[in-house]
Amino acid sequence: MVSLDQQTDLTRLFDLLSSVVDPEIPVLSLQDLGVLRDISVTDDVIEVTITPTYAGCPAMNTMQADIENKLAEAGYQQVTVRQSLSPAWTTDWMSENGREKLRRYGIAPPATSACGQQKSTIECPQCGSAEVKRISEFGSTACKALYQCKDCLEPFDYFKCI
Amino acid sequence: MNPPSTTALLDTPLLNYCIALGDDSLTLGHRLSEWCRNGPFLEEDLALTNVSLDFIGRARLFYSYAAKLEGKGRDEDDIAYLRDCREYRNFLINELPNGDFAVTMARQLIVDVYDMGFFSALTQSQDPTLAAIAAKAIKESRYHLRRSEEWIKRLGDGTEESHERAQNAFDQLWGYVPEMFEMSDVELQLVEAGMAVDRSALKANWESTMQLILKQATLDVPNENWAIGGGRDGIHTEHLGYLLAEMQFLQRTYPGQQW
Repeated sequence: MVSLDQQTDLTRLFDLLSSVVDPEIPVLSLQDLGVLRDISVTDDVIEVTITPTYAGCPAMNTMQADIENKLAEAGYQQVTVRQSLSPAWTTDWMSENGREKLRRYGIAPPATSACGQQKSTIECPQCGSAEVKRISEFGSTACKALYQCKDCLEPFDYFKCI
Repeated sequence: MNPPSTTALLDTPLLNYCIALGDDSLTLGHRLSEWCRNGPFLEEDLALTNVSLDFIGRARLFYSYAAKLEGKGRDEDDIAYLRDCREYRNFLINELPNGDFAVTMARQLIVDVYDMGFFSALTQSQDPTLAAIAAKAIKESRYHLRRSEEWIKRLGDGTEESHERAQNAFDQLWGYVPEMFEMSDVELQLVEAGMAVDRSALKANWESTMQLILKQATLDVPNENWAIGGGRDGIHTEHLGYLLAEMQFLQRTYPGQQW
């Protein structure tokens, strides 16, 4: 059981949780994804707040368990993970770092912001071409759509903007 | 785990409201899940089941909130798996069998256009949880609608056969629409309290949007004068019984089973 010195520990807790990743896109940490919203400590109890990407995202339970396990390994026993719905998750919360990690992993990052402003074009994560076509609005997980590059012909996942 | 309470759910307007909204989502989510591995091609199979997941997710949020409101130790699973037909409050359109792909997509368009109006109004609810669920749902519905609208245009303005099947689909579903805009007295009380949405006020917008899409799809607005309702009062088509029999089988046979 680790005792909690609030200020120093909050930094440490965020550091610890930076290694907890999305089970379906393991290059993205929950922070990169914007799913980890807050950590607070009250009377030695740690409360971690996460928000679901999609209402039915089946990865949420795994994420919750991974957070609890990570903190337990580090000696923190009294942990509650709270799911918060409001404000609703948006891909705008994805960090620049996260977008770059996605691209390198072979997934095109969201091209527009949630209010519709263009951030970038959808580019093939393999060859960088902007000549792409949509194959399906939905892909292998709730958060992705399926695209194909017209130049190198590679199919790829596009992280939907929501 | 405590054994679930076997008494009927508390009869309070807000609780019933959450249950009904959860039932709409769960019955349609279940129907869509029946397309899993039956989709016309792989991408469409994935799309149908992805949309299904969104609806099941919504149901979980509404049921969890209902369970919290009730405060009797019941959880979302108890609400989904341990109620019978007469306790389900969904609109009938959501429980109807999938039919062919045209029927599934016609229903989806009808529901998606409705959901866009309904959930954007519900984001203004004085109840913070309902408003938060609505804010989440509206983003997903926007995406659902984009797809169902594209499909209906493609089917309607496609081949002779796809056109005919799409038209038949709307004709056979049209009589299930009026129910979606009929308000009960209890629900009107919730509207007055600023919690619920006045669905009757959504009808004009729904009709004009549908007219526009059907026209672009070269389909006719159905000229159907029959209407059937009763879902919000627990009066259902025979189809719901079969749906629940399959969905609830495991929990009914092995109560409390988890995996």
